[in-house]
Amino acid sequence: MKILTERMDAHRTDSHTIERYEATGGYSALRKGMLDIGAEAIAAEVKASNIRGRGGANFPAGVKWGFLAPAKPAYLVINGDESEPGTFKDRQLLERDPHQLIEGVILTAFALGINHAFIYIRGEYPKPARRTQHAVDEAYQKGYVGKNILDTGFDLDITVHLGGGAYICGEESALLNSLEGRRGEPRLKPPFPAVAGLYAKPTIVNNVETISNVPWIVNNGGIAYASIGPDTSAGTRMVSISGHINKPGNYEIVMGMTWRELIFELGGGIPNGHELKAWIPGGSSAPWFVPDEHLDTPVTIDDVGKHGSMLGSGAVIVMDDSTDLVAAAHRMVRFYSHESCGQCTPCREGTTWLERIFNRILSGQGRMADIDLLLDVCDGISPGLTWPPAMTTICPLGPSATAPVISLMRYFRDEVEARINEEVTVG
Amino acid sequence: MKDVVLSAEESAAIGSWTAESQGLALEILGKYPKKRSAVMPLLYVSMIENGYVTNEGMKAVSILTGLTAAQVQAVASFYSMYKREELGDYLVSVCTSISCFLLGADDVLAAIEDESGVPDGETGAAGKFSVEHVECNGACGGAPVVLVNYEMIEGVTPDKGRELVKWLRDGGPDVVSTEEMQQLFGGERAFDWGIKELEGAFLPIPAFGPYGSAKGAS
Repeated sequence: MKILTERMDAHRTDSHTIERYEATGGYSALRKGMLDIGAEAIAAEVKASNIRGRGGANFPAGVKWGFLAPAKPAYLVINGDESEPGTFKDRQLLERDPHQLIEGVILTAFALGINHAFIYIRGEYPKPARRTQHAVDEAYQKGYVGKNILDTGFDLDITVHLGGGAYICGEESALLNSLEGRRGEPRLKPPFPAVAGLYAKPTIVNNVETISNVPWIVNNGGIAYASIGPDTSAGTRMVSISGHINKPGNYEIVMGMTWRELIFELGGGIPNGHELKAWIPGGSSAPWFVPDEHLDTPVTIDDVGKHGSMLGSGAVIVMDDSTDLVAAAHRMVRFYSHESCGQCTPCREGTTWLERIFNRILSGQGRMADIDLLLDVCDGISPGLTWPPAMTTICPLGPSATAPVISLMRYFRDEVEARINEEVTVG
Repeated sequence: MKDVVLSAEESAAIGSWTAESQGLALEILGKYPKKRSAVMPLLYVSMIENGYVTNEGMKAVSILTGLTAAQVQAVASFYSMYKREELGDYLVSVCTSISCFLLGADDVLAAIEDESGVPDGETGAAGKFSVEHVECNGACGGAPVVLVNYEMIEGVTPDKGRELVKWLRDGGPDVVSTEEMQQLFGGERAFDWGIKELEGAFLPIPAFGPYGSAKGAS
């Protein structure tokens, strides 16, 4: 069952062009939505589809739409700031099928009475941004975007905006600050963006993948979408598999298969005769899974959550038995330390100290007390080290940095101890 | 999209910019309901004019957007792609986040530092190269990943990294493009990219048409 990748798989060289898009049924959902069923029905279909946001938080999109306050103007912002380590699905959707997203944007804007939409793409994605801008230009020329779309009197402008290289802008309120020409610092919530978002106006922020599903949902109905896969993980979703895996790449899957199937069948298993040691089920912010406990856990949003991790952005990072997991954890902690926006003390200071303590251990200067010290710093960022993590900060970036540390200590503490006990030879 | 008319003060602020950049500034301002949203795109245009984010560039952007120079500096200093000092012709960025790390990115970075003679985070005296390690670039299925002026190459080995540096040093194209470099120095990709695209970067700024930073590659 393929929804998002069917066109790009069938038409490898031109799936991104408007000619191919229209020739394969593209913009038919727009006519159906705008001319036949109308705005309220579009929103009702998306709600009925039970699609949960694909950016990482997995919040039901139709419910989010329902929170949009009535004040005008309202805005739609597409989050294409894909930066969670391990995630590269939105890049493919933007490059290979930008019109699918644009049709979803127009339908969403029409359903919600919005006349200006923004597609915020991370700065390091110039090629996806070029393709998306080109597709937006084509859609303007064809009259799908602009004034009086399909003679309905509905107007919509779409602006493609490039970021500046900050992971934190994937957090929706930081993204809105960035789009307002500010530092990408997350806002205190409430108020949520649906009430006071861009320029303090009601704003819906949805992920690229989420909105790319809207044309299919309008064409086939929300019930049809909801009937795909397990009840609370409806529809297909993109997973990005990387690391020590034979067949890395993006896969559009129906949720519900086991991790064993995903890693060893879909991903083709572990290369070079190595064994699986651990994997991250949903981006580097997610606690790790290990073969002894989780291979037969189903790949669904709720099952992964029940086992103390998250499906997040669908990024699966596989680590084999050759992996130095202390170094791997350090590498993830370093990421959060670099990307912390600096607003909240526990995150700004905590991630910095986690990185420094790891540096000490990796340089051979570690002490056994560093294990407790690492966990103590994690406890300072996210008290109790629970899942889902407790928050001392405005956004989840700080708590995310604790996931690799806690996972390392939970499953591989012996490796940390061995590393600390290693004799350092000088000279 | 609305038509924008600049005041005398605003026109004067970008009076030294090329006609092309001035036109881009008007177009960019017309794309946003409020001027302040144009800060990030305009900073990129100022980098085309000045090579990096200069005090004069920030001042000009502040006048165009109705902000103070300090507010613009607050933005420029937050995002890692707004470089505050002069760069080499080629900004070589090596991803060393987790998936690239697992597949040997540190060795790729070491090879590029060694071959170029430019340490991580610095610009060489000859002005040819800037070398940096960067956080995840969203091509983890094609790890390890290297960017030249933000044009991506996937599946780079240490040897290919050295060849890339030599190729850039011994001439190197005016416009770098993913397609050309991927063919010469890349390995397996995260996914099939479809047709060749003939645009690329002529400066260490993401090559994006509306910001004037993309050009046709040969």
